[in-house]
Amino acid sequence: MRTEYEPVIGLEIHVQLSTRTKMFCGCELSFGDEPNTHTCAVCLGLPGALPVVNERAIHFGLMIGLAFGCDIAERSEFHRKNYFYPDLPKGYQISQYDQPLCRGGEVGDVRIHRVHLEEDAAKLNHLGESGRIHGSGRSWVDFNRGGTPLVEIVTEPDIRSPEHAREWLTLLRTTLRVLGVSDVNMAEGSLRCDANVSVRPVGSTELGTKTELKNLNSFRFLERGLRAEIRRQIDLLQAGEPVVQETLHYDPRSDRLTPLRSKEEAHDYRYFPEPDLVPVLATEEMIAAARAAIPELPADRAARFERELGLSAERARLLAFRSELGDYYERAVAADGEDPVGLANWIPQLVERIGPDANPAESSVAPESLATLAAMVAAKEVSRDAAREVLTLLVREGGDPRTIVEREGLGALSGEGDGLAEIVQRAIESDPAAAAQVRSGNRKALGPLVGYVMRETKGRADGGEVTRLILERLGPS
Amino acid sequence: MTELIDLTAAQAARGVQTGEIGAAELFEAYRRRAAGEELNAFLWVADSPAAGGSPADRPLGGVPLAVKDLFCTEGVPSQAGSRILEGYRPPYTATVVAKLTAAGAPLLGKTNQDEFAMGSSNENSGYGAVLNPWDRGRVPGGSSGGSAAAVAAGLAPWAIGTDTGGSIRQPAALCGIVGLKPTYGACSRYGMIAFASSLDQAGPLTRDVTDAALLFRHMVGHDPCDSTSVEFPGQVALPVAEDLRGIRLGVPEELTGDAGGVQSGVRESFEATLNLAEGLGASVEPCRLPHAPHALSAYYLIAPAEASANLARYDGVRYGLRVDGDADLITMYSRTRARGFGPEVKRRIMLGTYALSSGYYDAYYGTAQKVRTKISEDFRVAFEQFDFIATPTSPWTAFELGSKTDDPLAMYFNDFCTVPMSLAGIPAISIPSGLSEGLPVGFHLAGPAFSESRLLDVAYALERAIGFDGRVART
Amino acid sequence: MLDRAQVLHVARLARLELDDDEVQRMAAELSHVLDHIEKIRELDLDGVAPTSHVVDIVNRLRADEPMPCFPPEVALAAAPEPLRTAAGTGFGVPSPLADESP
Repeated sequence: MRTEYEPVIGLEIHVQLSTRTKMFCGCELSFGDEPNTHTCAVCLGLPGALPVVNERAIHFGLMIGLAFGCDIAERSEFHRKNYFYPDLPKGYQISQYDQPLCRGGEVGDVRIHRVHLEEDAAKLNHLGESGRIHGSGRSWVDFNRGGTPLVEIVTEPDIRSPEHAREWLTLLRTTLRVLGVSDVNMAEGSLRCDANVSVRPVGSTELGTKTELKNLNSFRFLERGLRAEIRRQIDLLQAGEPVVQETLHYDPRSDRLTPLRSKEEAHDYRYFPEPDLVPVLATEEMIAAARAAIPELPADRAARFERELGLSAERARLLAFRSELGDYYERAVAADGEDPVGLANWIPQLVERIGPDANPAESSVAPESLATLAAMVAAKEVSRDAAREVLTLLVREGGDPRTIVEREGLGALSGEGDGLAEIVQRAIESDPAAAAQVRSGNRKALGPLVGYVMRETKGRADGGEVTRLILERLGPS
Repeated sequence: MTELIDLTAAQAARGVQTGEIGAAELFEAYRRRAAGEELNAFLWVADSPAAGGSPADRPLGGVPLAVKDLFCTEGVPSQAGSRILEGYRPPYTATVVAKLTAAGAPLLGKTNQDEFAMGSSNENSGYGAVLNPWDRGRVPGGSSGGSAAAVAAGLAPWAIGTDTGGSIRQPAALCGIVGLKPTYGACSRYGMIAFASSLDQAGPLTRDVTDAALLFRHMVGHDPCDSTSVEFPGQVALPVAEDLRGIRLGVPEELTGDAGGVQSGVRESFEATLNLAEGLGASVEPCRLPHAPHALSAYYLIAPAEASANLARYDGVRYGLRVDGDADLITMYSRTRARGFGPEVKRRIMLGTYALSSGYYDAYYGTAQKVRTKISEDFRVAFEQFDFIATPTSPWTAFELGSKTDDPLAMYFNDFCTVPMSLAGIPAISIPSGLSEGLPVGFHLAGPAFSESRLLDVAYALERAIGFDGRVART
Repeated sequence: MLDRAQVLHVARLARLELDDDEVQRMAAELSHVLDHIEKIRELDLDGVAPTSHVVDIVNRLRADEPMPCFPPEVALAAAPEPLRTAAGTGFGVPSPLADESP
């Protein structure tokens, strides 16, 4: 019998903080500017230069820690992490080691191990081949990014599938965006993700040998990289071979994982307390200021949507975990709050039309218009099918739904004025067999009759109204 | 000309301020001496004082300043005595230098030093040894050997240096001048090319105690660019004491006994100075610093460990020497550093890297940090009973060039008496206490953190009683 | 106490190329120094807190206010290999091997 395996995944996320200046110097943060135009003695690692901690980076770190429910360290220290690389100007990275700013806490269903502050490396560019590390030729360093404040967020190994990882990272990203501490843009590298992956037989509580996956820098690559690595590990174990602890680089183009370094080159970072900096003590004032700066978080917002607006848990999470959807929805509810549950059902319809990653606030559909449309459906002024068509037109050209309904003649047909009764009559006449079955009490036979009416009215008729009219005529006598 | 050279810096400043001396004439007198010197004390000499306001209106009166090479000075070679930084001209100036220039001490030149301040003889300079003006066959001490020799020889009215484990005090002692290592944090380290960050301090090297106080007064203060710097409590007082009544001096047997191998001539001068102190009204009693004999070991773990990281930036990427740039990256790094660093620097990088490496951290670096705690406690306890602690500065007078270069450990014992104070971060001063076989001997006094004004006062009273004459070296 | 292999390992960590003579001399000299230093390990230091800072200060924080940066020509003034590219000028280096990544 084949053993079933389950993956055990922990994530390490690096997030660039959206302070104005770098972690340890006054150079302004930038993206896409001319290389080496945002540097000074400190972030170039010139002889004699000394770091000074950015107050707002600490503030943001505390906000994140409090939002995650972490224990905030009374005293935290910076260490030097020593290694040589051209993007590391001092030959060490100033980071936190055994006294991080925050420990513990949780985001959604994943526990947080620790949150600490550090400085980002500079950008190493490779001439010739783009972006790939290769054996020969020249590279060049742009120090604009070097020294950008980073938080490193390390989770406990609580994630059980690539899909779970993706969904959770979405929640984390939204949480950080709502906090206003980062742009969390994976494409621009302001949110970067590494993963620790192991597999174990289902039911086992022991952890298997883990590997570290680097370069999972989009939601898609995260999911695909994890899937590839889980498959690789299971294949190894099923073939009776061991998983080797190593660091792997995921190449999204080939969907392949390659070891980053041989074992002999295992790093020895020689951490020791950074003598150029003094400890950070999170004072009550600092913690109070951080707490006061925290807005409503996605998890809290989802709970509020359930509690106050009556949304299902799934729908509430869908809207709250992408803050732009939640924001849009709340503006629509503010415009017309009669039926928040019905209104919420229209958001996925809108997303389907504008694309999965687009921000509805930037679409041509004003939240007020969506609210109007939903209200028209609720009042049976327009059928559900016709309303979908109206939404398509709104996405294409914007405007007011009432005007579109009128212009396109999409208003709901009623039995009295609009000749719906005549069409119903024609339907009954065109399919006597179905009519007979309905008459004898078989409601399943309503289908073809309703379908006939819908076709004839191009969906403008309200399904419920049509059924009512048919039954009125064919009601079991 | 000789008259100008005979003035102390404070006297010269007063002369400029009262109009008796022209600042330009003063600068030129020293510039000519510095440019024509034969001790290898200077690595660079200014052509003229940097333009600025009128020196006569400023507290340091236009008296030119010699600056240890490792202080970054904008547009001026700042090489920390190392070939790896040959010709490097930084785009910014160290805070301490900027403060002194603003206070009216124009930059005279950059002085030779042991490479990255690692050494006690100045023989570790990448630019050749400095000669002791008292005997050119001997070392001036180190690492601020160029600054000490320049002041002793009258090539500069005063100078600044840095002290990590004794690098101001020991060369001051060997050259017969005054050297003050301030409380850690009193002076900004911004722009000082780092050796060991938790120990490095800038300080004055001067002809007498008054000059030291005057220069030091304008060096102190919190610098927003140095997180470890603090505001000095009050203004540094110029010394006035005429006696030492009520002053309690402690003499630690651990540092003055046989362990440090103190030369007999040094011991005699030390004891004679203690007698003078008693004559001035001070009490002199033995005291205990039980962990002080272990200070040297702790120091030679902590300082190299920090240095191994501080010197990692010299990698041939952004500035300085690069060797074999066409080879692969790790070869470029390793050859650049192999060629750019001298043997002592390599030794300390190796020692420090080893002390921090996986599996050894607790045994070496971690233990050294605990010893550091015990040493600070020893001083705290001692200062409950004593105002100041007295030792010889160096166990020896200036030794012959080349006589200790083959034995690194023996060289390290130069710092036996000075290192404990460095580890505790407390201020200490060396003043000349006399001659032994024609060579200067230093008397070393240490006080609690930020006691510099009182320390300078005591040193001043002793200096007057000793009546040391350093003119011989200024020929 | 330090053997040849250890010296080579540490030299590799420190990115210092040593020739055979230097390796031998370094092993001897460092062993000699460490023999002396070792004595501190005999001290009873149980429960003693390590000192990494002698000044008792905390929270030296800088306001998040921009300061002037170097113009690129100043930043690159001392660069051994200023490398002009279409995007601008960078600090040229040999491309790292995959093995050398952090």
